[in-house]
Amino acid sequence: MSQSYNRGLIEDFSRWREFSAGMWAWIFHKFTGWVLVGYLFTHIAVLSTALSGAAAYTNTIQALESLLVVRILEVGLLAVAVFHILNGLRLLFVDLGVGLEAQDQSFYASLILTGVIVIASVPTFLSGVSI
Amino acid sequence: MAERYTSFEPGGRRWLWQRLTAAFLVVVLAFHFFLLHFLNHADEVTFALSQARMEQLTYFSLMILFLITATFHGVNGVYNALVNMGLSGSRKTAVKAILGVASLVLIVQGVRTALAWAGGVPI
Repeated sequence: MSQSYNRGLIEDFSRWREFSAGMWAWIFHKFTGWVLVGYLFTHIAVLSTALSGAAAYTNTIQALESLLVVRILEVGLLAVAVFHILNGLRLLFVDLGVGLEAQDQSFYASLILTGVIVIASVPTFLSGVSI
Repeated sequence: MAERYTSFEPGGRRWLWQRLTAAFLVVVLAFHFFLLHFLNHADEVTFALSQARMEQLTYFSLMILFLITATFHGVNGVYNALVNMGLSGSRKTAVKAILGVASLVLIVQGVRTALAWAGGVPI
């Protein structure tokens, strides 16, 4: 017989010192998920300028990409997406019963690998932009 | 007594579909980022380059599948998060309907955009 796992309210911020690695993984996965689904709607809205013609689309994308703030937001998006992917892989393995005993170490590995990939990608994401 | 470390309702299929779409998205999202930020650079994007990719049936169909699975995965994730936070009753029904309509609008808009690039289905 099983019962649902009660994590309590994450909105009760004073509990944050009690959180384990698994709890942080759950919070980060949820937060990055909200960001990604919000971005998905924004992304399709921006791409929809293609419906107004070739020039409208090209000008919109190139104007956005010329802004430093957009490039920085893209680095943030990369960080969010990479963590969600890596922690998602961790969840898939845990669901398959693989590595449950090392789930905290795999969370730390997801965080470190996300940091490394994002830092290594910064030059590519900021290339050609003027301040 | 075993505890269930999940946000999903027991016995539902949403958990399974969330995992199946996740396995697909892990690969395609990584490919999407790599193709459009590393092989091609975002500031070099033009309508003609997007059009050239979308005119290939393989790429077009992969992007349509990407749109549908990403929408399902995202919206299903939001729905389950809200249910996990205590959403129930008529509010749950209303949220389900709103998210369903939002998903449909997003997919229709995405497909229209893909068709605008490809100039119709590239068969």
